[in-house]
Amino acid sequence: MLLRTLTNGIIKENPIFRLVLGMCPTLAVTTAAINGLGMGFATMLVLIGSNIVISLLKKFIPDKVRIPAYVVVIASFTTIVGMFLKAFAPELDKSLGLFIPLIVVNCLILARAEAFASQNSVLHSILDGLGMGLGFTLALTILGIIRELIGAGSIFGINVMGSAYEPAIIMILPPGAFLTLGLLLGLINKLTVKSSS
Amino acid sequence: MNKLIVSSSPHILSKNSIQRIMLDVIIALMPALVAAIIFFGHRALVITIVSVAAAVLTEAVLQKLCKKPVTVNDLSAVVSGILIAFNLPVSVPLWMPVVGSVFAMALVKFVFGGLGHNFMNPALAARALLTVSWPARMAGAVWTQPGNIDVIGIATPLELLKAGENLPGIYDLFMGNVAGCLGETSALALLIGGIYLLLRGVINWRTPVTFIGSVALISWIFGVNPLYSILAGGLMLGALFMATDYATAPVTPKGQLIMGVGCGVITTFIRLFGGYPEGVSYSILFMNVMTPLIDKFTMPKKFGGVKTHA
Repeated sequence: MLLRTLTNGIIKENPIFRLVLGMCPTLAVTTAAINGLGMGFATMLVLIGSNIVISLLKKFIPDKVRIPAYVVVIASFTTIVGMFLKAFAPELDKSLGLFIPLIVVNCLILARAEAFASQNSVLHSILDGLGMGLGFTLALTILGIIRELIGAGSIFGINVMGSAYEPAIIMILPPGAFLTLGLLLGLINKLTVKSSS
Repeated sequence: MNKLIVSSSPHILSKNSIQRIMLDVIIALMPALVAAIIFFGHRALVITIVSVAAAVLTEAVLQKLCKKPVTVNDLSAVVSGILIAFNLPVSVPLWMPVVGSVFAMALVKFVFGGLGHNFMNPALAARALLTVSWPARMAGAVWTQPGNIDVIGIATPLELLKAGENLPGIYDLFMGNVAGCLGETSALALLIGGIYLLLRGVINWRTPVTFIGSVALISWIFGVNPLYSILAGGLMLGALFMATDYATAPVTPKGQLIMGVGCGVITTFIRLFGGYPEGVSYSILFMNVMTPLIDKFTMPKKFGGVKTHA
C-alpha cells in the first residue's frame, strides 16, 4: 500500500503524461535537460513540504478557506526553495528565472494538496509527494533531454551529436515544447492502451 | 424487369477525382519547375525529386505501419513534396527537404487524419519549421545568383526593397531572373500554371485575385510600387497554389474572398513593418487556422431558409 502510493505518481498517475498537470513549467523550462531536472527537484521539494504541512493541518483548516490556506503553505515552501536555489545554485536559478516563484501556482501541487494530503496521513502524504515529484522530475528531464539533444546537439551540456550536426533551433523554442510533449503523450497513450487491453 | 434503384443523394457524380485534381496541380507546377531549372541549374530538380520522394515515402510507410489503406496514388503527397522544394533556396543541403517533407507528411498531415483533415498547409508548415530551425540556411546569405549558382550572398528583391537598395528590372522579376526560393521567382511560369488551373476549374479566381489585389492596393497606399510587390517574393506561388488548397481554405464564396484579403493584409504588413522581408507563408498559415471560423460565419442561407443568426 505504501509502495503503491509511491509508485503511483511515477508511472500510473504521472503528473505530466497521465494527469497533464503543471503544463506551464513543463513547456517553458524544458529547453535543456539540466533545467528540467532542476525544475523537477525544486517542485518536488515544495510538493513534499506542502503535503506534510497540509496533512498535519487538515483538521484545523476550515473547509471554506482551504484554498487560500493551501496557497499560503505552498508559497512558504516556494520561497524557501527559491532562496535555497539562489544561494547554492545561482546559475540554475538564473536559467529557471521566474518559473521558480511560479511554483506557487503550479496546479500539480494544489491538486495533490486538495486531492490527497488533505485526506490522508502524513506518511502517505510524504510518499505521495515524493512519488508525484519524482514522476514530474522524470517527465521534465525526458522532455529536456529530447529537446536539448535535437535543439542543441547536447545532453546535460555535453555535446553528443558531433560538430557536423546542425541543431534544429525550433526544438528549444516554445513550438518544440508542444511538438515534443504531444508526441510523447501520443506514444505513451499508445503503449498503455496496448498493455491494458 | 426494371428494378427501381433507391439510393441516397448525391445522384450526380462528377468525373473529378482527387487523383485528377492533384495531377492538374502537378501539371500546373511544371512551368515553374522548368523555370527553376533554367535559372538555378539541375540542383533545383535534385532538390525537388528528393523532397517528393521523401514525402511519398513518409506517407506510404506511415499508412503501412498504422495499417491504413495506402493512398499515395492520389498524388497529394507529390504535390506537397513539390511545394516544399519550391519554398527552399537552391543552396540548401539535401537533408533539409527530407526533414521538411517528413515533418509535413507525418506531423501536419498524417497525425490529424490524412488528406482533407490537415488544419494547415503541410508545405508551408514545413517551410515555417525549416525557417525557424535553421534560419542561417533559409535566409540571409543563402540566395544564389540565377544562372550562376556558385555565386552566393545575393539579396532577394524583397530584401533589397527592405534595405532601400536598387531593385532589379520589372522584366527580370516577371521572368524570374532574380534571387529567391526555387519555385517563387518566375511570375510568368506561375501565372501559366495558375491560368491552367483556373481553366480546368480546379481553383477559382476569388482567393488569388483578392490576395494579390489587396497586396497591390496596400503596398500602393504605403508608397511601394504595386508591380514590385506582386512580382517579388512568393506572392504568386502562395496566392495561386497554396492559399487555394482545398483542405485548409474556406469553401464558401464569401469565405474565399475573406481568405484572400486576410492573406493580403497580413502579407503586406509583415513585409512593410515586420522583421521578415517576406510574409506570404505566415499569412497563409494564419488564415489556414482561421478557416473553420470563416466558414462558420459565411455559411450561405439555404434556399427558402431564413437567417439563423444576425
